[in-house]
Amino acid sequence: MKSSTATGVEDVCRKFGNDRTRMMDIVIAVQRRFGCVSTEAMELIARACGTQRVEVESVVTFYAFLSVKPQGRVVIRLCNDIIDWMKGYQDVADAMAKELGVTMGETTADGAITLTHTACIGMSDQAPAALVNDVVVTQLTPERAREVVRDLRRHLDPSQLVTMVGDGHNAHPLVRSMVRNNIRHRGPVHFAEFESGSALRRALARPPEAVVKDIKDSRLRGRGGAGFPAGVKWELARHAPGERRWVVCNADEGEPGTFKDRVLLTERAHQMVEGMTIAGYAIGSDAGIIYLRGEYRYLLAYLEAVLDERRRAGLLGRDILDTPGFHFDIRIQLGAGAYICGEETALISSCEGLRGDPKNRPPFPVEKGYLDLPTIVNNVETYCCVSRILLQGAAWFAAMGTARTTGTKVLSIAGDCRKPGVYEVPFGITPDELLEMAEADNPGAMLIGGPCRQMIGPGRFSGRICYDDLATGGAIMIFNRARNQLEIAEHYLDFFIEESCGHCTPCRVGLIQLKRLVHKVVHGAGEPADLQAMRDLSRFIAQMSRCGLGQTAPNPVLGALDGFPALYEGLVAERKPGLLSTFDLASAVVDAERRVGRQSQYV
Amino acid sequence: MQFVLDGKTITATPGQTILKAAEAAGVYIPRLCAYKDLIPHGSCRVCSVRVNGRIQAACVQTVSSGAIVEHDTEELREFRRDVIDLLFVEGNHYCMFCEKSGLCELQALAYRFGITAPKYPLLNPKRDIDMSHPDVYLDHNRCILCGRCVRVSQDLDHKNVFQFVNRGLEKRLQVNGEALAATDLRVTDEVVASCPVGALMKKRVGYAVPVGDRPFDAQPIGADIESGKGGVA
Ligand code: SF4
Ligand code: SF4
Ligand code: FES
Repeated sequence: MKSSTATGVEDVCRKFGNDRTRMMDIVIAVQRRFGCVSTEAMELIARACGTQRVEVESVVTFYAFLSVKPQGRVVIRLCNDIIDWMKGYQDVADAMAKELGVTMGETTADGAITLTHTACIGMSDQAPAALVNDVVVTQLTPERAREVVRDLRRHLDPSQLVTMVGDGHNAHPLVRSMVRNNIRHRGPVHFAEFESGSALRRALARPPEAVVKDIKDSRLRGRGGAGFPAGVKWELARHAPGERRWVVCNADEGEPGTFKDRVLLTERAHQMVEGMTIAGYAIGSDAGIIYLRGEYRYLLAYLEAVLDERRRAGLLGRDILDTPGFHFDIRIQLGAGAYICGEETALISSCEGLRGDPKNRPPFPVEKGYLDLPTIVNNVETYCCVSRILLQGAAWFAAMGTARTTGTKVLSIAGDCRKPGVYEVPFGITPDELLEMAEADNPGAMLIGGPCRQMIGPGRFSGRICYDDLATGGAIMIFNRARNQLEIAEHYLDFFIEESCGHCTPCRVGLIQLKRLVHKVVHGAGEPADLQAMRDLSRFIAQMSRCGLGQTAPNPVLGALDGFPALYEGLVAERKPGLLSTFDLASAVVDAERRVGRQSQYV
Repeated sequence: MQFVLDGKTITATPGQTILKAAEAAGVYIPRLCAYKDLIPHGSCRVCSVRVNGRIQAACVQTVSSGAIVEHDTEELREFRRDVIDLLFVEGNHYCMFCEKSGLCELQALAYRFGITAPKYPLLNPKRDIDMSHPDVYLDHNRCILCGRCVRVSQDLDHKNVFQFVNRGLEKRLQVNGEALAATDLRVTDEVVASCPVGALMKKRVGYAVPVGDRPFDAQPIGADIESGKGGVA
């Protein structure tokens, strides 16, 4: 007799064709069904897919939302980004822990509910927020947190926590979430009317080369943050040798403070999918993948429905819009909690059913990407731009923005301001203008592009948001004058340490050493030489790391050192000769004093 | 095809890595995770060089015609030293009692770079030793996560005994089974000899070569390449 686990796991594997490259889907499905991917399950999966248990284990242990040990039936993941901290994370966490009778990271004694924290879930405009299994709860207060726990104890059904739904498609029966869009400023690229099929029809009326040329002429640069020209990428992929080509959409916006893709996916899914289809036509591809971050699973059913609707309308599938020979379809690949998967080669690894380790480059994905085939990876916003460019023309698009950064940008603004939310604005806008639009209170610093980019002080508030000055993938965080920049830097170091894939030495080990230095300084044990050591180590990590995570992780530290020098210099003091500044004699002898029952005498 | 290495013009074959091309020309670029002709891992970053201004791993990066490569500069020596230092403090290394001393590539690099004491504070992690296998043991304290064993087991032994699990600082080596004894590892597998440090070791052959007579006791790591006799990796 087979155990029920065996039958269940085998069913899951069969559903995905016992295909090793679909490992992510398999382990995610097993986790949902059994609350973990146990050693037994890993053996079974390995056998079904013709691989080794340790290979499965390497995948399962990489992603934060998967676990080898059983978790509660309900997992509460409190978002612990800096914005959540500013909005009362600690009180909410304490209230939940007390009500559940556990500490952070534990499961209740009856095995029902696990309480843990997670990195930014894309809800900074309605923080503090949490994921309860897949259900997003927003704007938590200690009171509301206790209520959530009491309700869950009664029914253990996160979907019943949704008592009211947000605006727009958040109210769609397939989404039904409490999330609000908070669209504060509508621009002409993303938030103008869009009729499904209209842009694709224009594309199909032209030869593929002409579509690539349109994108090049528009001078559209990838909206993920690196700003590589999209048209050039497409052209490279189009001409790379390979039996098939792939179009991948990076919907893994994990950069803390970013949430604009969440809104685009909710409100502009058709425009985005249409952009991918146009890309497929342009580069000669018949297949696409949307890599959806695990945090946005609440949008999965809706996005599947959008794809289905488009198949029925002849906008996806075979001979699209009666164009003989143009076939293109899309599958959605779900992630499972790994920031690094926003890096394009890590994202591809994950799609291939591997750990989300970035790959060595070259070769670049345009030559050898998904399953070693030519692949373009663009993000949600970029594909939305593509559709609009086909509708309105390259010249129209290129006329907006700055000379070298054309078009508009969707920004997510959060932090110390009265109007957090999503703003579509032309490139070239200044931080000053944004602060005014968002009604910021007494702003002292801004994090432009999330922690991986730059922290600026008022001296740069009149700069320009574009790839040549203040580059951003979309996150803008505002901090008022009362906030401590170095504490923010320390917080983000913790984030990067947790999210590093661990492949290369400078990032894996260098970041923890940097964090120790920063911690030492923040807590008043630093010496002037530590400031230089922080700079040297930051430079080492940035220059020597293999991928973007390590290359940018020291930025919050450097930003704080450069932008707010007085702050740090005030924290460090010349060490007294003969004393190790980190050594606190009084606290070191506490245990001994307790044992012998008297106070030590020392000078 | 030609490129420039520290001002010297070097001839290479297309597709060759910078590391191999330099090696063929008698220039030793320090390395740890690179091994024989296996697909490079590019993880230790000891082999970092500047290629047209950008730091790249020489074991991964293939030569391009006319590239300007800087290798023996003050900055890069300093950076490589830091990498070796960080690897030392990440694990638990007690060279003076270690059976691998004099045969260990990490230790030999430290000698070559003149590291006498670590610059960074020790992390002192708590790690296990797997003694379950009759002929081989695995000491995680000394593992530097170079991935040689992962690749050698797969590509040369045609087994799949090792993989990495977890991520970030928690990343560690895992074997395919409860412990080493439960895997199909044999002491004769190439993988056993491939570990650059004292992490994967044969039992009962310790000190067969006395300390003092071991390869890196006699000459620095890389000396064979520099004298034109070909390298270990
Ligand atoms: S493995 Fe190498 S570096 Fe580590 S203790 Fe042994 S000899 Fe020293
Ligand atoms: S056991 Fe040895 S070969 Fe394997 S990863 Fe560790 S140090 Fe490298
Ligand atoms: S030898 Fe090149 S990165 Fe390790």
